[in-house]
Amino acid sequence: MFESLNTRLDKAFKVFSGNNKITEINVAQSIKEVRRALVSADVNYKIAKEFTEKVKEKALGKENVLQSVKPGDLMVKIVQDELTQLMGGQAAGINIKADPGIVLIAGLQGSGKTTFSGKLANYLQKKKAKKPILVACDVYRPAAVDQLTTISEQIKVPIYKEVGNTNPVEIAQNAIKYAKSNNFDVVIVDTAGRLAIDEKMMNEIASIKEGIQPTETLFVVDSMTGQDAVNTAKAFNERINYDGVVLTKLDGDTRGGAALSVKYTVGKPIKFISTGETMETIDIFYPDRMAQRILGMGDIVSFVERAQEQFDEEEAKRLEKKIKKNKLDFNDFLKQIKQIKRMGDMRSLMNMIPGVGKALKDVDIDDKALEKVEAIIFSMTPYEREHPEAMNMSRKKRIAMGCGRSLDDIHAFIKQFEQMRKMMHMMSKGKMPKGFPGMDGMG
Amino acid sequence: MSFFKKFFSKKKKDDLDKGLEKTKTGIFSKISKAVAGKSTVDEEFLDNLEEILVASDVGVDTTVKIIDRLEQRVKQDKYINTAELNSILKDEINLLLSENNTQGLDDFTIPAFTKPYVILVVGVNGVGKTTTIGKLAHQYREQGLKVVLGAADTFRAAAVDQLGIWAKRADTDFFSKGMYTDPAAVAFETVNYAIENNMDVAIIDTAGRLHNKINLMKELSKIKNSINKKMEGAPHEVLLVLDATTGQNAFEQCEKFSEATDVTALALTKLDGTAKGGVVIGISDQFKIPIKYIGVGEGMDHLQVFNKKAFVDSLFDN
Ligand SMILES: Nc1nc2c(ncn2[C@@H]2O[C@H](COP(=O)(O)OP(=O)(O)OP(=O)(O)O)[C@@H](O)[C@H]2O)c(=O)[nH]1
Ligand SMILES: Nc1nc2c(ncn2[C@@H]2O[C@H](COP(=O)(O)OP(=O)(O)O)[C@@H](O)[C@H]2O)c(=O)[nH]1
Ligand SMILES: [Mg+2]
Ligand SMILES: [Mg+2]
Repeated sequence: MFESLNTRLDKAFKVFSGNNKITEINVAQSIKEVRRALVSADVNYKIAKEFTEKVKEKALGKENVLQSVKPGDLMVKIVQDELTQLMGGQAAGINIKADPGIVLIAGLQGSGKTTFSGKLANYLQKKKAKKPILVACDVYRPAAVDQLTTISEQIKVPIYKEVGNTNPVEIAQNAIKYAKSNNFDVVIVDTAGRLAIDEKMMNEIASIKEGIQPTETLFVVDSMTGQDAVNTAKAFNERINYDGVVLTKLDGDTRGGAALSVKYTVGKPIKFISTGETMETIDIFYPDRMAQRILGMGDIVSFVERAQEQFDEEEAKRLEKKIKKNKLDFNDFLKQIKQIKRMGDMRSLMNMIPGVGKALKDVDIDDKALEKVEAIIFSMTPYEREHPEAMNMSRKKRIAMGCGRSLDDIHAFIKQFEQMRKMMHMMSKGKMPKGFPGMDGMG
Repeated sequence: MSFFKKFFSKKKKDDLDKGLEKTKTGIFSKISKAVAGKSTVDEEFLDNLEEILVASDVGVDTTVKIIDRLEQRVKQDKYINTAELNSILKDEINLLLSENNTQGLDDFTIPAFTKPYVILVVGVNGVGKTTTIGKLAHQYREQGLKVVLGAADTFRAAAVDQLGIWAKRADTDFFSKGMYTDPAAVAFETVNYAIENNMDVAIIDTAGRLHNKINLMKELSKIKNSINKKMEGAPHEVLLVLDATTGQNAFEQCEKFSEATDVTALALTKLDGTAKGGVVIGISDQFKIPIKYIGVGEGMDHLQVFNKKAFVDSLFDN
């Protein structure tokens, strides 16, 4: 439903085909498309407007540059660079040097605060050799304390809670005392979700902050948030002047324009991203990836990473050897399909690869495509699966019968398989075959 | 008229803060300002309107559609004054909502002769499914109906406890097999419980899931099928819960959840905040799914039946 910036710009520049320069006229046209893309990605309209004004100036300044670069590509590059820059430079760490470091977590209802609190504790304990403690200050939501308790048990990080106490300021303050006398070096305070316009609750979070003087205050935002992100980010910032932002649920397929809105509005760095419901899915924020994601240009890095997550290393080494020897077979392929299926749906995966999303825009890819391929392989004998080179006409005919597909389908699949095998073999030797999808036009 | 034209006609760069402030003032005052002293709808008015709609998460495509329709109407009806224009505009948005089956409900009644009436509640993480179930159950209990809540979110930490607390609050029966059990089995047995114990309504909670996770969506289809195995025609309602703060991703949610479970109704939560939830206009225009309920707070009483007129009004004033 949402066109990527690439697609939009290609369209915009088609009008001026033959004209290889960025001019006053075509820049206006393309700037409009950039705006549309941004707003459709949930960037606040006002910010989209200001941002594109800047891009326009930059673009016009680049008049008459390299003739070989398509104006569309140049435009994409400018937009992407600007956006990356805006989203923040170096990854910013959190301040927990004090003894103990105190991290206060705040945000709207359901944004992912409690889950993130757990992830952060887990990360600090496992990766940073810290001794964290979680504090349950959500005294409102049913079973909120139980939720944090379960999480604390899962990750084996202790929890501080006070059954029956409904004053979160007190609980937080007592927790700090407790942490100090029990040698915890980081205190992570989970709080109830609240609306920015709920005066009473906003006063409460301000009091909590006042009462515990956190060394780091984090504002948690759902990456699916729309235009309202600016209002909320601003209101929370006015009351608790947070140090950084956490962007959650990025394992979804939202473009995440809220990230830009928040960054632009309050100027605070995005420090962490959350990409799942399990405790390991926490990552630092990469501005360049986020820029690409907002622009719908695919996120090759995330794609690779998600692939890696699903991958077991032994298996990877085994495969690598086989690819080098050009011995990849149908069994390997089958395993790959299983892995791909675990990673998510095909279209969102494809969209992560720059250029591919665009190329396949109108193609109906779905999991059924994978199932068809599986069916074909399932109809092969064990021998055939291990020996793709043994494939011949009579075998193909039998396979076609077996899986109920036409002979053409079988031909096509085997041809594709061979091409892929060849390509991977070449890549394993460090050669990039010509025409590899999506690699052109990427600055 | 092209969508972002205004950005070129207006050279002056507004102060961002002021601009944001503006989203909090009512559309009517803005419209009045835009048309003050004018006898026709001009570009500037339409530009303003675009901004307002987009700022409510209505989305580019739907906004363009609304504006096109407005322009046509204005041409036909020879618009004269602000008040008329306002009402035409509301009309058009109302039309988008009603052309696609969003009839206003009057109350929380359920169809007669369907017993138990089974409702399956689905949605992405953190939108307010469990809370909405608690509130809905409360409404049914107020009518003296017998209700059971089924805890088929067996995944999220303390999800079963959370629903259990709501069951107590709303004074309903509660069916659970504990955490980390098979949600499809819980759903099946909840319906079984409802039949055996002569319940009027069974509402089944599910774990929040992002719609792009194929396996989790398959699990949801399985839950639905298992309900159907126990009782023909059930679930009678599949309620997709959307968060009003969600932007354009709500479209994707609607599409994928419909694919997996044939969503029959929408609930829009967290409308007590500053988010307008305008995305549902486009959704209701594109999918044929009525919006039935809105959430306006965390309390048991904070659920209302969706009222088109009130919703459209709220888009336009604060
Ligand atoms: N302000 C406000 N908050 C709400 C509303 N509905 C739900 N909430 C809050 O939003 C948060 C998430 O609600 P839940 O009901 O747990 O959401 P859920 O969809 O069941 O969440 P998961 O099961 O974790 O996916 C809670 O803090 C609720 O109190 C509403 O209409 N207004
Ligand atoms: N898919 C996904 N779900 C998340 C993520 N972070 C939190 N959640 C889920 O979102 C819901 C609300 O999270 P929770 O931590 O309870 O939010 P809180 O109300 O802000 O404390 C829960 O269902 C979580 O499992 C994330 O990064 N990805
Ligand atoms: Mg919480
Ligand atoms: Mg729930």
